[in-house]
Amino acid sequence: MTLTYREAIARGIAQEMRRDENVVFLGEDVAAAGGVFKGTVGLLEEFGPRRVRDTPISEQAILGAAMGAAMTGLRPIAEIMFSDFFAVCWDIVANEIAKTRYMTNGQISLPLVIRSGNGGGLRFGAQHSQSVENWAMAVPGIKVVVPSNPRDVVGLMSAAVRDPDPVVLLEEKGLYATKQDVPDGEIVDELGKATVLREGDDATLVALGSMVPKTVAAAEELAAVGLECTVVDVRSLVPLDTATLLREISRTGRLFTVEANPRLCGWGAELVSVVADEIFTDLDGPLVRITTPHIPLPAADALEDLALPSVERIVDTVHKSMTT
Amino acid sequence: MTTTSRADGAATLTTEERLAMYRLLVELRHFEKRAYDLFLQNLVKGTSHLSIGQEAIAAAFGVAMRADDYTFATYRGHAHTLARGVPMTPVLAELLGRDNGLMAGKGGSMHLTSVEHGMMGSYAIIGAHLPIACGAAWSAQYRDSGQVAVCFFGDGTTNIGAFHEALNFAAVWKLPVVFVCENNLYMEYTPIGDVTAVPRPAADRASSYGLEPIVVDGNDPDAVHAVAATALARARAGEGPSLVEALTYRHGGHSRADPGKYRPDEEVAAWLARDPVPMYRQRLVTDGVEEHVLDDIDDAVHAAVDLATEEAKAGGTPGEGLLMTDVWADGGSSWRN
Repeated sequence: MTLTYREAIARGIAQEMRRDENVVFLGEDVAAAGGVFKGTVGLLEEFGPRRVRDTPISEQAILGAAMGAAMTGLRPIAEIMFSDFFAVCWDIVANEIAKTRYMTNGQISLPLVIRSGNGGGLRFGAQHSQSVENWAMAVPGIKVVVPSNPRDVVGLMSAAVRDPDPVVLLEEKGLYATKQDVPDGEIVDELGKATVLREGDDATLVALGSMVPKTVAAAEELAAVGLECTVVDVRSLVPLDTATLLREISRTGRLFTVEANPRLCGWGAELVSVVADEIFTDLDGPLVRITTPHIPLPAADALEDLALPSVERIVDTVHKSMTT
Repeated sequence: MTTTSRADGAATLTTEERLAMYRLLVELRHFEKRAYDLFLQNLVKGTSHLSIGQEAIAAAFGVAMRADDYTFATYRGHAHTLARGVPMTPVLAELLGRDNGLMAGKGGSMHLTSVEHGMMGSYAIIGAHLPIACGAAWSAQYRDSGQVAVCFFGDGTTNIGAFHEALNFAAVWKLPVVFVCENNLYMEYTPIGDVTAVPRPAADRASSYGLEPIVVDGNDPDAVHAVAATALARARAGEGPSLVEALTYRHGGHSRADPGKYRPDEEVAAWLARDPVPMYRQRLVTDGVEEHVLDDIDDAVHAAVDLATEEAKAGGTPGEGLLMTDVWADGGSSWRN
C-alpha cells in the first residue's frame, strides 16, 4: 500500500512492538499528540500508555531512561524531536551510551534506538535544520542509519530495533511527506547494506537520506546528455557497506558524494579516504564532494536553497567534472 | 525536614546486620587505604577518587538493599562497588590495570561495573547516571520486578541540569529509584555553599519535585540504614522516588592529586573526630558486642585485603586482543563491513 515517509515510521515501530513486548517507546509529544511530525500516530491507541510514553522536554532524561532501560532488559525506542537537540544530551549519547559496552568489557549491552528528525529544507533555520549524521558517526560505539524512502524506514527501523547495539536512526524531515508503494507484511532489513538504485558506467554518485531522490533526479538529467551514472543510497554510515561502495566506484572509476552536511569532516570525506586507500589505481578522475558550504543553514527560502545541494548543482558539478 | 536519629535505625536492626555493616566499614576503609598505598607506588595510574570517611553510606545501603536491586555510582565508586559484594581482587586488579580486573583493564577506577552484583556502573560525568538510574527503575516498574535503583552522587551534582531532569522525570513517572546525595561539603575544591543557592543542596530542592526533604547523618550507619530501609520500601510499594541527603566528609582531597589544603584545620579535625569506623565500633561495644568479635572482623578483613593485593598484582598485562573487542555486541570493533 502507499505510505508516506511519516506513516512508515509508525508502521515500523508498530511492527516491532507487536513482535516483542520488551520494545517500548518514549519521547516528547509522541503519545496522544502522535508526534510533532505525526510520525507516531496510532501507537498510543494500539499499545497503550504503558508502552508508549510522553516525556517532559528533558533530552537527558529521555536518553538516560532509554539507556537504563536497555541495560536492564527492555528494548527502548527514544525520540529526540529534532536532531539538533542531540547537542543537549550529547553526554548520554557520546560518553555513556557509546562507551558503556567497551568500558565494561562487554558486561552491558544497550539494544536501543534513538530516532530523530534530521536535516534542512523546511526553512526552520540553523537550530532546527542540521544534518548531524557526522556527529554520530565520529563516536565509536553507535550505529548510524538514514533511510531515504518509506520502505526503507520500515526495514531499517526493524533492523535497528533488533540490533543488539545502540542505533541512531535519522529521519529526513524534508522527506516526511514523500510517498511510495510499500509491500504489506513484515519488512526486515540488515544494517550496513547500501542499495544500488541505478546503474551506469560513467560515474558513481553516492548519496544519503534527503539527497538520494535529488541524486536520482540528477542522474536522469545527466543520462539525457549522455552521461550514465550509478546511484548508490548509503542507508547506513556505521556500519558502512564498503563492499558495495568500492565495487561500484571501482567499476566506474569516478566518485561524487552528495551530502546535506557542512563540508568539513562530512561522511563523504571518510568515503573518499577509504577509496583513496583501497582502490586508488582504479580511479579515472578526481573524487568530488558536493556538500553545503561550511556554514549554519540559513532560514530564508532563497538562502537555504543555495546552501543545500540541488538537482541542478549535482548535474552541473558532475557534468563539468566529467567533460573538462 | 526529616532527620533520622541513631535510635530509629538501631531499633530495627539485628546484631547480625550491624556486624555486617561494621565489616563493610572496615573493608571499604582498608581497601581504599591500600589503593592509596598502591597509587603512591605508582601501581595505580591515572587518577583515583577515594571515599575514606564516607563509608557509612555505602555500607548501610549495601546491607539494606535487596540482592537484585541496582546500584549506580559516580567516579568515587570503589565503596559502592564493594558494598554490593563484588570481590576485592578484581576491583583492585582493575585499579592496577591488570587483565584479571573487573573489566580487564578497559574501565579503570572511575568505571567500576559488575552487572552480576547489580552494580550497574560508575559514571565519570557529573550527573549523567541520575537519568540512567531512572531508566533502570522504569524497567523494573515495567517488569513489575520489585527492584529498586539506588543512585549515589555528590553534592556538586545538585547544580547540574541532569539532576533536575532526573528528579522531575522520576517523580512524574513515580519510578522506584532512591537518589542519595553524599554531601561531603565540597564540590571538588570549592565549598558547596559558595556555589549553591540553598544551604542543603539536595534536601532543600526535594519539595520542588513533591518529595519529602530527608537529611541524615551520613557518618552514622544505623541512621543511614533506617533511611535506606524506608526509602527502599516506599519505592518497592510503588510510592515513587526518594531523595536522601547524607551529610559526610571525605578525609582526603577530591582526587589523588589534591591534598585538600583548602579546608580549615578545625573543620578537618572536627570531622576526623567523627570518623564513622571507630565511632561505630565504639557504639557496638557500648551496645554489648564483645571486642574480640570486632577484632576478628578486623583481622579477617586485613588478611583479605592483603590476599586481594597479591592476587591483583599477580594479574597479567591486558593483551592486544582486548583492544578491539566489545565496541559492538558481535565482539568486533569494525565500523564498516
